[in-house]
This record gives sequence, structure tokens and C-alpha cells, in this order.
Amino acid sequence: MLDAKIPDGPLEEKWNHYKAHAKLVNPANRKKLDVIVVGAGLAGSSIAASLGEMGYRVKSFCFQDTPRRAHSVAAQGGVNACKNYKNDGDSVYRMFYDTIKGGDFRAREGNVYRLAECSANLIDQAVAQGVPFGREYGGYLNNRSFGGVQVSRTFYARGQTGQQLLLGAYQALMRQVGAGAVQLFARHEMLDLVVVDGKARGIIVRNMDTGEIERHGAHAVVLATGGFGKIYYLSTLAMGCNGSAIWRAHKRGAYMASPSWTQIHPTSLPQSGEYQSKLTLMSESLRNDGRIWVPKHKGEQRLPNQVPEEERDYYLERRYPAFGNLSPRDIASRAAKERIDAGYGVGPLKNGVYLDFSKAIKDQGEDKIRKKYGNLFRMYEKMTGVNAYQEPMRISPSAHFSMGGLWVDYELMTTIPGLFALGEANFADHGANRLGANSLLQASIDGYFIAPYTMANYLADEIKTGPIDIRHAAFAAAEETVQTQLRHLLAIQGNLGADYFHKTLGKILYDKCGLTRSREGLEAAIKEITALREQFYQHLYVPGGYAINSELEKAGRVADYLELGELMCYDALTRNESCGAHFRVEYQTPDGEAMRNDQDFSFISAWEWAGVNKTPQLHKEPLHFEFVTPTVRSYK
Amino acid sequence: MGQRKQQTLSRKNWMAFTGLFLCSFLVIHLLGNLQLFLPDEKAHQQFNAYSHLLSGNILIKIISYVLYASIVAHVVYAVIITVTNKRAGGIKYHYDRRGAVSKWYSRNMGLLGTVIFIFLVIHLRDFWYIYKFGQLPLDAQGNKDLYTLVVAVYSELWYVVIYVICMIALCYHLLHGFFSAARTLGVYHPRYAQWIRVFGWAYSIGICAGFAAIPVYVHFLK
Amino acid sequence: MRIRLKVWRQESGDDAGKMVSYLLENVNPDMSFLEMLDTLNEQLLQEGSRPVEFDHDCREGICGQCGVMINGRAHGPLLHTTTCQLHMRVFKDNEEIFIEPFRAIAFPVKCDLKIDRTAFDRVIQSGGFIAVNTGQAPEANSIPIGSPEIEAAFDAAACIGCGACVAVCKNSSAALFTSAKISHLALLPQGAIEAQDRVIRMVDQMDKEGFGHCSNTEACEAECPQEISVLHIARMNWEYNKAQVLKK
Repeated sequence: MLDAKIPDGPLEEKWNHYKAHAKLVNPANRKKLDVIVVGAGLAGSSIAASLGEMGYRVKSFCFQDTPRRAHSVAAQGGVNACKNYKNDGDSVYRMFYDTIKGGDFRAREGNVYRLAECSANLIDQAVAQGVPFGREYGGYLNNRSFGGVQVSRTFYARGQTGQQLLLGAYQALMRQVGAGAVQLFARHEMLDLVVVDGKARGIIVRNMDTGEIERHGAHAVVLATGGFGKIYYLSTLAMGCNGSAIWRAHKRGAYMASPSWTQIHPTSLPQSGEYQSKLTLMSESLRNDGRIWVPKHKGEQRLPNQVPEEERDYYLERRYPAFGNLSPRDIASRAAKERIDAGYGVGPLKNGVYLDFSKAIKDQGEDKIRKKYGNLFRMYEKMTGVNAYQEPMRISPSAHFSMGGLWVDYELMTTIPGLFALGEANFADHGANRLGANSLLQASIDGYFIAPYTMANYLADEIKTGPIDIRHAAFAAAEETVQTQLRHLLAIQGNLGADYFHKTLGKILYDKCGLTRSREGLEAAIKEITALREQFYQHLYVPGGYAINSELEKAGRVADYLELGELMCYDALTRNESCGAHFRVEYQTPDGEAMRNDQDFSFISAWEWAGVNKTPQLHKEPLHFEFVTPTVRSYK
Repeated sequence: MGQRKQQTLSRKNWMAFTGLFLCSFLVIHLLGNLQLFLPDEKAHQQFNAYSHLLSGNILIKIISYVLYASIVAHVVYAVIITVTNKRAGGIKYHYDRRGAVSKWYSRNMGLLGTVIFIFLVIHLRDFWYIYKFGQLPLDAQGNKDLYTLVVAVYSELWYVVIYVICMIALCYHLLHGFFSAARTLGVYHPRYAQWIRVFGWAYSIGICAGFAAIPVYVHFLK
Repeated sequence: MRIRLKVWRQESGDDAGKMVSYLLENVNPDMSFLEMLDTLNEQLLQEGSRPVEFDHDCREGICGQCGVMINGRAHGPLLHTTTCQLHMRVFKDNEEIFIEPFRAIAFPVKCDLKIDRTAFDRVIQSGGFIAVNTGQAPEANSIPIGSPEIEAAFDAAACIGCGACVAVCKNSSAALFTSAKISHLALLPQGAIEAQDRVIRMVDQMDKEGFGHCSNTEACEAECPQEISVLHIARMNWEYNKAQVLKK
């Protein structure tokens, strides 16, 4: 039975109670404790810096050439916090409720409340670090509003909030590296987790510049390796984002929770050809003034500006009159897919919808629109060569955020003692759908304000353990596993690159485990993925050797995706309901809306690895709603 | 901070200080030489008297030593900086179009500086050396007759041409050097940075046009 | 489109390296520059040769990982555009394109077009931060900062650390990168206390890494994807001179 270890007591007392009673490590003892942090995005940098400041011996690993490049950098819109600076009725409780409702009541009350509770501190911390959040003329912090809520609680640094928050954390980390408190291992990729006597005791990494395989031991291991949305190949994620660290931990015994819950973002640029490597995200804020439409006639040949008003279908305004173009992400994405699948898509590949600013430009003037979105319009023109002041943008949905991830308890510890998962790598706070501007928040809160307490509670019992011996048999075994796999990948010598398999897998998942899912499709997908995996091990070609070799890196990641993708399908298949990002066509209302089933599916699916080609084992963590009552999410 | 190697910024500061000092010298030098534009007799008398005044004054003497030191320091630092910069570059690009995004004279201050340096040697040998160490006849007032020397030197056309070319080199050097010095010293306010740029343009063109006009005027009209 | 490529190939840091020619048929003008390189690599893979190693990650112009010299220009012919945001429609059919790594002694080549920019990390480590520990922060609104000041700080803080400023500089100077951080923090009241110490340490580190002097040619600003102003270099100089004069 999975125990989330949520403290008893009233909602607003849980975290305080935990902090007041958690075990501590005395400053003199901290230098006897080693901690490994894998990933150096917002969550990884913040926990590594925080632990370094406290006096632990920290090693920080990332695959990028410097932590400042981690993909947190790409978040545009903002970060939520219930400071109530706008005096518009915000509070911890409201933020908690918005988040849990936005997640379609598939998250833990205790976790979500804590997220809201700590949010205010994050703004203080970031400002102290020098993050240039937008301000009003009086010099005080400004807020903007964001989808799915009725208050203004989003702090922002122009359209580069993620970059600025990440640089804050990065600088804090660099300060600790400079002071010798944290050792930085950039261009190192974690390839296995070492478990000794049931506890996480270290990792095996590959130095991506030299190809050397290294062992690193520690009293606790933190995985803050982000999401795995790149599994769809075409996504808004960076090319290097991957699920390998968490997947290899999963294979060592950590459970994966709700891996099929992937947020598909409605406003990214559509694919323009087979060569395409990623789908660039256009900020969601564009939907404040842009109207989304497709032509009413199939096979419309005219240019968008020549389609008369009465022959346009503003389908979001038609279907969701109350929220219209500002409907939540999952709903907007699904509605777009519905139109595209029905044959109304626009563009050469018929794979997009129009986002039209002509009305806003007519009402407010081009200058005002330029002031609000000038940088986005410029970026759009750079990418597509189209001037969006004169004709509508073309957008399409794209894989974006993994709500699922490693299962963690209230302490952010996985099912392997001593292994923690932070940020997007865990599943914790967003339920089945994440609200805009909550991802930066969760990553930072986990790293700055939660893990430093919960890890101390764990490490307090490790003081007497003494240094971790990397000559232990478990390290040797894990290293051998890694070496064997690398040798194997290089030895196949087929004729297809890793990208081929990645693209094929992505296509299967987009079609069958993407915006909409069906039993039939998922069952077929599992078969296809199994077959693709077999092909992979027969026809893969990795040129080059052990030293710098991008193809080898990709091959290892794709090997993991080919297993993770299958688990996603199992996860989607066993959840016979529609909730948030998970939409099963069998479970919808007559007018095409999601039908949740609280009776049978109010639980978190946590999956245990059973071995290659074996059906994974499902464990259920029931969700208890003591303080809120799940309701039907309606945006009509 | 204890013992530290001199930083790049300190070296640039020395370049800026010495450069700006030389800029101010150019103003004085030009103002003095403008006397050559006076009517022949008056110019003859006054220019020689002025030269005599400068050579006899202790204050001027001190300033002149600072001037020599500035020239030497400016050149020495330029060499050190250029060598360090070359070392920082590593392997050269096979195909290099970096010049497309900056002004040619901003990239070739060393070259322009070398031209100016060569000019300086010629110029000092022609006038300063002869005035100081050579044999010059005296004029009516008993001052060394530098004026006649000047007129004689500038009567050669090829000489005038060299002078004018060198003044163009100086102009480009100042065009970049003046504003660059201000930036090195830290003028970061956009408004004042812009003022300085405009002033720098006016200054560079004014100074160099003035200097170039003298040999031309002397050659054709005296 | 047909594209003739000349690409820098270098096995490892110790290898001498050379330019190698490739021919690419069927390039789509809507491809990004990096997707064109993907296509080249796909072709090399089919031929059984080692693909070209190049740096890239987010491919939307914000992570700062990508960056090569394209026809002798940092990040290619467009101003203020990262390599990943450059599209093939900018080039002519049958054009010859030279691709070389960013060059500087401080940025050693690791393999092909991949370079080591950890020098930037060490510059930040030397002082590019505000020394505040987690938990020490006061209430955010207790430090009012004017909107123009915060916007100016943002302009400097927007640096993505790609290194184009160094690559385009005839002196391989890191003045724009270093000054952007110094300026960002100097503009904020939170950063003022450490300002003197910070600027001296960061300039020291910048020098130690082997970057050259700033000649104020302003090429860096022209190529900077974030359009970071050279006036930040002036501010760094100002802060530096102030620190030198006032230091105890």
C-alpha cells in the first residue's frame, strides 16, 4: 500500500506541523553528508544551491554544457503566487482551490495547499536574487492574469520569466560552486541509479565529452531532470530533454505515477515538413486578443483574409461562449484537434488553425497590439516569414508538460528511500492538467522550500552511515549494466538512426496516446511500440565511438522512450475515464466534453516496473478529498 | 586585493587618459598654428614669437614632458593590448565577414595609429628637432625663424599631400578614439554618450580639417 | 534548394581540424538552419560516416546553446538572431555556406562545431550573483524599484550566454557578457552592497580566462540575439573605475 505520508490535521496546519516536527541535521554534521543532484534547471539548481548554503557536500550534474541552459529557461508567461498585491481577493486557499480544480481533482490536497502556501516566499526569494519582475510606476510589483483563474496572481519578467528565475537559481548555484560547496559536473549524463540495501546510494554517469563512465556515491540522490514530453518527438521541449534518469530509476524500483498525463499546449507553431525537429511555443497570452477560427468549408482554397466573416467558424467561441478563446489549455487543444481531424485544418499540411488579430487591431489599433505582443510577432515572422499584423497566425497543439512522473510522497521521496524527485520529474501537484504559470512555481518551491526540510528529515538518520564506498558490488553491477548497454547500442550496426525510431514512436503516441485516446488505439499502440522496440535493437545504427557522440546519447534516450511510451499507453488504457489532459473517447458527454469518474478513478496510478515486454504492475494511491468537493469542470 | 596583475580595463584606462590628453594638446597646437593664417608679415613675427614663448616657459616644459610620456605610454599600451588581443583569438576563421557589423576604422586603430606615429616622426624631425637642436637663422625680433622653415617645407607638393593623408588618418583615429575613450572611462548614460559622440565627430573633423588646411594654405597662398 | 556546405570538422580538442565540403540537395526554404544540419547528418548517417557535432538545445532562441559562424558572421547573416532561429529562406539556391565554430582561446573546440564555454560559468562564479541564501529574503515589496530601472536591469539580464559577442569581436573580448551581468546587478538596490567587490572580481576572472580587451567596435551589440546594449560595457567601466578609486 502506498503511503503518501500526508501529515494529519487541518489543511493549513499540515506543512507547519511537518516542519516543526521533522528531524534536523546539525550544521557540524552536514559536511559529513553527500548529496547528488541530477538536473540543474530551476528545481535542480535551487536545491543544489540551498543544500550547499546549508553546508552539505553537494554534487550537481547536468547534460547541458552549463546549468543556465536547462529548459526552465524557455518558460515565457510567468509564475503564480498568492501575494494578493492586487487586493482582488486572492488567498492561499483560493490558489489551492484553483490549482486542484484546474488539475481536475486528481492531485493531493495536502501537496497542492503547500504549493500555494509557499508561493509567496518564492517571489521574495527571487526578488532578493535580483530577478527583474515587472513593476508598476510606483516601484511595486505588478501582476498579470492567466488562464483558468479570476484573480491576477502571475508575476512576470516580460516574456522571459523562466529565463530570469532560472538565472536567479543558476547564479545562486554558481555562487556555491565558486565557494567550493557544490561540485559541478556539466556535460554528464546519468545512466543508472545505484541502490544499496534498498536505499539510493549513488549514480553512474557518462562524461559526454570523454565518454568515461564514472561512479558517484551519496547519502541521498535528487532527480530534478524535468519532463519527458520530448517522447512525442515534436514538442515544445528542448532537443536534449529526456526521461532517461527517471526511467532508469524506475527500472531500479521507483514507481512512475500517471505517466500518460501530458499537457498538450494549444498555441505552438504547426509542423511544416518531415524535417521538423520541434514545435516552437507561442505564448498563451496571445489568446487574450487573438480569435481562433477555421473555415466553415472543407478544402477551403482561399487565403485567410479572403474568407468572408460568415464563412469562418470561431469554434471556441461557438462551443464555450463563457470562456471563448480563453478556454483552458486542454479544452482549447482538444477543440483544435477535433476540427483538424474533421478536415478543416489550415495551411499546406492542413494541420493548423488560425489565430487572428484583425479584430483586435481594428478595435485597439496596431500600435497597442505591437506594444503587447511585438516580440512574439517578431519571433513569428522570424520562424515563418509571415507578418501576423497582416494575416492570421497559424497555430497547432503540441506536447508540452508532463504532469506525470516519478511517484513521490509528501516529502518528495520516491518509493526508493533516499531517492527524491523534484520539479517536473515528479508527478505531484498538477493533477491531470497544469494551470499556466504553475510549472515554474512548483519547480522552485520543491527546490528552495520543500526538499531542504524533507531531505534533512531523511539525512538525519544517515549521519552514522559514513562515506559511501563506490567500490561496493552494487556500483560495479550498475556500471556493468551501463557499459553493456552502450556496447550493445554501438554493436547493432543497422541502417537507421535513433531519430527515425524517435519520430516513429512520437507519431504513434500523438495519434493514439495524445489529445484523445481510445481502448482500441491504445491496445494497438502497445503492439506497435513493442514491434518498434524490436526493430530498434535490430536496425539501429550508431556511428562513432564512446567519446563525444550525439547519436549515442540519442540512442540511449530513445531506448528508454520505447519502454516509457509503452507504460504511458498502459496508464491511459487502465484509466477508464476522461480527466484533464487525459481524454478517452469512450468517456465523454453527448456534446463531446470530458466525463470524469470519481467513483472508480479517484486515485493516482503508480506503476512498478516488471521487466521488458512484461505488463507493468499498477498500484493505486487513493485520493481523499477532506476539504474540497470535486465538481465538474465546466467552461461553457 | 593584494598583488594583482593589471587588468584589461586598467590598460584601456591608460589608453583613454593618454589619448584624451593628446586630444587636448591637439587643440592647443592647432590654435597656435592658426597664426599662420594671418597676413604674411604679421604671421611671420607672431608665429616666431609664439614659438619662442613656448620653448622658454618652465610650465610648458613640464607639460611637454608629460606629452612625450603620453605618446610613449599610448604606443606601449597599444602594443601590449594588440598583442594580448591577438593571443585571445586563437585559430583564424576561414571565411571572415565579421567586419560587416562594425566600422572599419574602429577595427583598425592600430593601423591608423601606426600611420600617425610615422607622421609624428617625420613631423618632429622637420620642425621640433631642427628648432631645438638645429641651426635656424634669427628673425627681426631675434627669435628663431621657424616661420620661414615652415613655408619652405610646405612648398613641396608631395609633402603637403603626405600631410593631408596623415590628417585623414588622424581624423578617423580620433573619430573612434574620442568616443571610445569616453566609453572606457564609463560614460554610460545614453543621452551623454550621444552628446559625446556628436561632439567627438565635430572635434575630430574640426581638428583635422584645421591641421590639413595649414600646409595647403601655405603651399598655395604663400 | 541546393546548398553547398563547407563545414569545420575536428575529431577532438587535440586534432588539427579542417574544412570539409558537402552537397545538400532538396533543402526546404522553411527549414531552420539547424534542421538543415539535421538533414546533413541524416545523409552522413546513411553513408555510414560520423555526423557533424554541433551545439543546440531549445531551438527557440533562449537557451544560448547553439551558435556557429555562418559565412563569417556569428549566428549567420541576420542581426539579433540565434542560429536556431535562422531559416534557410535567407539563403540563395546553390549558395555556398561556410560553417565554423565560434573561435576564441577561451572557447576551445571540443569536436567539430562544439565548443567549451565554461569560461562564462567561471566569470559568473567569481561574483555574478547577489549573495542571498535561501530563506534570507525580505518581503518582495519592501524594496520598491522604479519601472524604468527594472526595465533597464532586465535589458541587461536578458543575456543568453551564447558567446556570439566573443565570436564576433576582433579581440575575442567578453566585455558585453561580463558587463551585462555587472550592469544588471548594479542597477538594482539588492545588488549595490557587493557592487565594488563584484566588478573587480569579475573583470579579474574575465582576464584570467584569456578574453581580449574591448575596443568599442560595437560589433557585439549588432550580433547579440538579445540586443544587449554596449552602454552596459560603459557602465561596467564606470563601476570598475569607481571601485578602483574607492577601494580600501
